[in-house]
Amino acid sequence: MRRMEMAADALYKAKAIRGFCHIGYWASVIAELLGRKGGMSQGKGGSMHIFTPSFFGGNGIVGAQVPVGAGAAFAQQYKGEKNCTFAMYGDGASDQGQVFEAYNMAKLWNLPTIFVSENNKYGMGTLAERCSSDTAYFTRGDKIPGLQVNGMDIIAAKQAVAYARKWAVDDQNGPLVLEFVTYRYGGHSMSDPGTTYRTREEVQRMRSTQDPIRGLQRYLEEWGVATEQELKPIDKEAKATVDKVVEEAKASPEPPVEDLWKDVYYKGTEPKFLRGREREEGHRFY
Amino acid sequence: MVSRLLLSRFAPALASARRPAAAVPRHAFMGIRRYATADTEQHTMTVREALNLAMEEEMTRDENVFIIGEEVARYNGAYKVTKGLMDKFGEKRVVDTPITEMGFAGIAVGAAFQGLRPICEFMTFNFAMQAIDQIVNSAGKTYYMSGGNVPCPVVFRGPNGAASGVGAQHSQDYAAWYGSVPGLKVVSPWSAEDCKGLLKAAIRDPNPVVFLENEMLYGGHVVGLLASYWQGQVEKEGSDITIVAHSKMVTHSMEAAEELAKEGIKAEVINLRSIRPLDIDTIIKSVKKTNRLMIVEGGFPISSRARQFDYLDAPVERVTGADVPTPYATNLEALAFPDTPLITKVAKRALYRTN
Repeated sequence: MRRMEMAADALYKAKAIRGFCHIGYWASVIAELLGRKGGMSQGKGGSMHIFTPSFFGGNGIVGAQVPVGAGAAFAQQYKGEKNCTFAMYGDGASDQGQVFEAYNMAKLWNLPTIFVSENNKYGMGTLAERCSSDTAYFTRGDKIPGLQVNGMDIIAAKQAVAYARKWAVDDQNGPLVLEFVTYRYGGHSMSDPGTTYRTREEVQRMRSTQDPIRGLQRYLEEWGVATEQELKPIDKEAKATVDKVVEEAKASPEPPVEDLWKDVYYKGTEPKFLRGREREEGHRFY
Repeated sequence: MVSRLLLSRFAPALASARRPAAAVPRHAFMGIRRYATADTEQHTMTVREALNLAMEEEMTRDENVFIIGEEVARYNGAYKVTKGLMDKFGEKRVVDTPITEMGFAGIAVGAAFQGLRPICEFMTFNFAMQAIDQIVNSAGKTYYMSGGNVPCPVVFRGPNGAASGVGAQHSQDYAAWYGSVPGLKVVSPWSAEDCKGLLKAAIRDPNPVVFLENEMLYGGHVVGLLASYWQGQVEKEGSDITIVAHSKMVTHSMEAAEELAKEGIKAEVINLRSIRPLDIDTIIKSVKKTNRLMIVEGGFPISSRARQFDYLDAPVERVTGADVPTPYATNLEALAFPDTPLITKVAKRALYRTN
């Protein structure tokens, strides 16, 4: 998970824009995953609902985030902002009807939306070839041009994202489809070991020959940017930071029971009463 | 046409409605607007005009407000509710969409997340079922799931419930469906006063609002009483029985109350206005007085908002749509929804009268 996160980190460093996707950050994300009050969503959202001013992710309904991402781009265009939105989804979502509805309107209205299909070959447990009659996801945008990118190469990923931003923001060319071809080591989620639908040997091979972090390390060493000795402490520090953050999060408190009733409606617009599970339970606001 | 110019509380709303949905008079509001010249003369407008004016005022006041939907701009609105707004505000702020509800509802939600205030029109709420995931999951729940970080100030509006002769797929009343979702506000206005005030309030509300209009009310000068928003309104006072209704059923209930009055029965009619949050206090206050309660709505029986109350002399009477998809034949369609004679009959039954 850390490795995918670092690749995503590089992805996000290339731009200062919004993205809708399925990857998390540090710190209060861990607390959110543990359902603690200190979580980004105060423990109310969980792993699928992490929100910052420039990050909306993920979305529990596969595909729903794609029109929502196009909507964020709509607002950016409406307000005349020099910005764009990255709407991210997996190969599993790439056949959703609403994705094509979003493609259509984004192209029609020239919305600054970068549609990012993260093709990790498996939609949950189903091979992409068994779901999609056309797995060249970067071509599925019809009139929207598309790029296929090696998602296992961090430098390639960064360059693709920078290119996409220039395309949409500087050159105002409207939407673009980016397909990142990548690989998922683990299962879809914690309850999926990831080996019932593919061989361990396949996973091992990808991990040993295609790993993005090892790839970046190789580049840095080959180009004389850093030696293995110089890189080791960075890795160590990252691990130490994560461990510390996890300990902090584990020790942090759960939300108070009053939070059950909080934020159903915008603060200050609560109704008089919200009923509980039976007539003696409930919360009176005023 | 002349009959629709008369200032009458109820008849025009129905007279103008007994026509196929497709034949919307394009000049429905022209020539009807009157201006007060003396204290005794009332300035009235149709429900359609009230909605149009509410949107115009809010769009003038706040440049983040925009309209998005099918036929809202160049066609001037499928039911002419957005007539003239594209001419006034331009196509950046009144946006025609392809026939892709799920997509444009999602776009409206994304725009709301980014601080705009979209008014997303559905040609009817029957078509909004294609977008219901965006309404319920993306709009309704995000504020809660984000721990209060991401508000969604979107308004989803359009005709809901029974029309006339449009068949089962175009006639369903979704008040109870949306009303069951915490996180959404659900409003079902009746009079022109309701529509103007509540639509303005809905546009300014930082919560996602489902605004359920009724096509049969658009052309009518439906006159009601102005009161605080998000609360039920006692449109007619009485002491014998409480009739609670929303939207078009308020029209029928008011007519039934007139019929009952002829027989000396004083019915109190409550215009619910807000489905969620439900103004239970107004209902309880009335039931304490009358001890009899009747609920009238166009939705299917299982979803009716009937509740148990402690102050009743007789069981709650629920008058709802029949538990069948809406039939097309006129005589059958009439038997699928409550009407005035039916409400009158049931009210008497609650009062232990059989005639």
